[in-house]
Amino acid sequence: MNPFQYTRSLATAGAIQSLVKEPQAHFLAGGTNLIDLMKMGVVVPERLVDINPLPLKIIEKTVSGLHIGALATNSEVADHPLVLQGYPLLSLAINAGASPQLRNMATVGGNLMQRTRCNYFFDLTMPCNKRAPGSGCGALEGYNRMHALFGASDHCIAVNPSDMNVALVALDAVVHVKGPKGERAIPFGAFHRLPGDHPEKDNTLERTELITGVTLPASSSAFKGRVHYLKVRDRSSYAFALVSVAAALDMEGTTIREARLAMGGVAHKPWRLFSAEQFLKGKTAGVDTFKQAAAIAMQGAKAYQYNKFKLILAPNAIVEALQTASA
Amino acid sequence: MSTKSRKEPAGDGAFSGSRRDFLKQSSLLSAIALTPGPMVRAAEDQWDEKFADVAEKIPVTLEVNGVSYSVKVEPRVTLLDLLREELHLSGSKKGCDRGQCGACTVHVNGVRINSCLSLAVTNEGKKITTIEGLAQGDQLHPMQEAFIKHDGFQCGYCTSGQIMSAVALVKEGRTQSREQISEFMSGNICRCGAYSNIVKAIQEVKNSAI
Repeated sequence: MNPFQYTRSLATAGAIQSLVKEPQAHFLAGGTNLIDLMKMGVVVPERLVDINPLPLKIIEKTVSGLHIGALATNSEVADHPLVLQGYPLLSLAINAGASPQLRNMATVGGNLMQRTRCNYFFDLTMPCNKRAPGSGCGALEGYNRMHALFGASDHCIAVNPSDMNVALVALDAVVHVKGPKGERAIPFGAFHRLPGDHPEKDNTLERTELITGVTLPASSSAFKGRVHYLKVRDRSSYAFALVSVAAALDMEGTTIREARLAMGGVAHKPWRLFSAEQFLKGKTAGVDTFKQAAAIAMQGAKAYQYNKFKLILAPNAIVEALQTASA
Repeated sequence: MSTKSRKEPAGDGAFSGSRRDFLKQSSLLSAIALTPGPMVRAAEDQWDEKFADVAEKIPVTLEVNGVSYSVKVEPRVTLLDLLREELHLSGSKKGCDRGQCGACTVHVNGVRINSCLSLAVTNEGKKITTIEGLAQGDQLHPMQEAFIKHDGFQCGYCTSGQIMSAVALVKEGRTQSREQISEFMSGNICRCGAYSNIVKAIQEVKNSAI
């Protein structure tokens, strides 16, 4: 690892100022992704601003829903009674990711900022527009088994690796950030971005902005009874998703009042399936309905040389997730 | 609790108490005149001033297996490297060094983590337990006994991480079924494939604890 300077930050405003003053400074939270990237030489900060002492760990009920502090760890969120009661989909998704040790370290804010696991991004000898803009995309005509089906560009076909993000987008979460110009709230679906011409930008956060927390609207707890997070991967645990599906249903008898669906492992951002959700509204739950919803969700999917299997895997995963959620 | 201190060579007084006391007692002007830029930035940006300087090494005090250590480390030193290289507690192993194998698993404030992905400096004031801290004198921890009894290892390289993870697992109550044990032990890879015996060892400890 390259040498760097270390600062332990004691106040949010000061932490933000540290990044304003130094273009090569990064925030450090759980470190499970950043320290790994630094060991590989993918990210080379000149200073780490340790934000762990900041008071951003609280998980609490608010008038509009549930607030989760950016420094709450994955484990703390997944095991929290308010999350288990109102938003069990989030617990399922978190526990499907990483290992217990990593979940004890990784934070909510860090999870939102997690970089892609594309091998070309990690391999310094390979071209990668995300790591080195303008160098090309090694995956486009390379070994692209893990890569995107939706929303990719000729500059990047990487996917967002997070499980937590898939649940958060399905639950209409809001990301709260603070920067030199003040605070703002970003709807979860607008936080991560598609690669377009700038795959080096994973999200819409400004470099000097700090994520302070995430809120889940009270309305999303309507789905607490019928949820499922299905993660398909190369081994039964502790691997990144080939495809994952977050499914949540609000039902009256066998009729679907409202559905929430999102996929992981298929796009540069957690991929919400709005048209399939719209189709399911008012329908009777059943495998034929779910197959039609999956077909709608897969419209516009584009596979590459080694990930064509996802064109079959993904709709099957959607059907299975909906079946399990509705059962 | 005993205290050990790994002293740095004399002359490195960047973080000494006397200098900090002096700063506090001085007028603002003289403090700015006599101190390096980082101290000014520390005040402006609300840093913990101990860490403001651009010195190669940063003081850290932490407790490992009931013993307090005060050391100075480069910011890039991981907790695993501090344990192994500085404190000579080599029971925690370096496998992948990337958080993928679990051989470096230790407990920080009672919670299991990968020490290879934790910077030593971020563990200021924390209580660390390593495999060396489990036994009470010659009396092995029940999980250590169970691993021996059930042959929960072959080459042994992953074993300290497996045991640290297993002790935490029982405490977390994630031992309801064989499947749950496998799922919540999945952060510890054993390339010899001792998994089924590891599960047996964990089940024995869980059952005897009830």
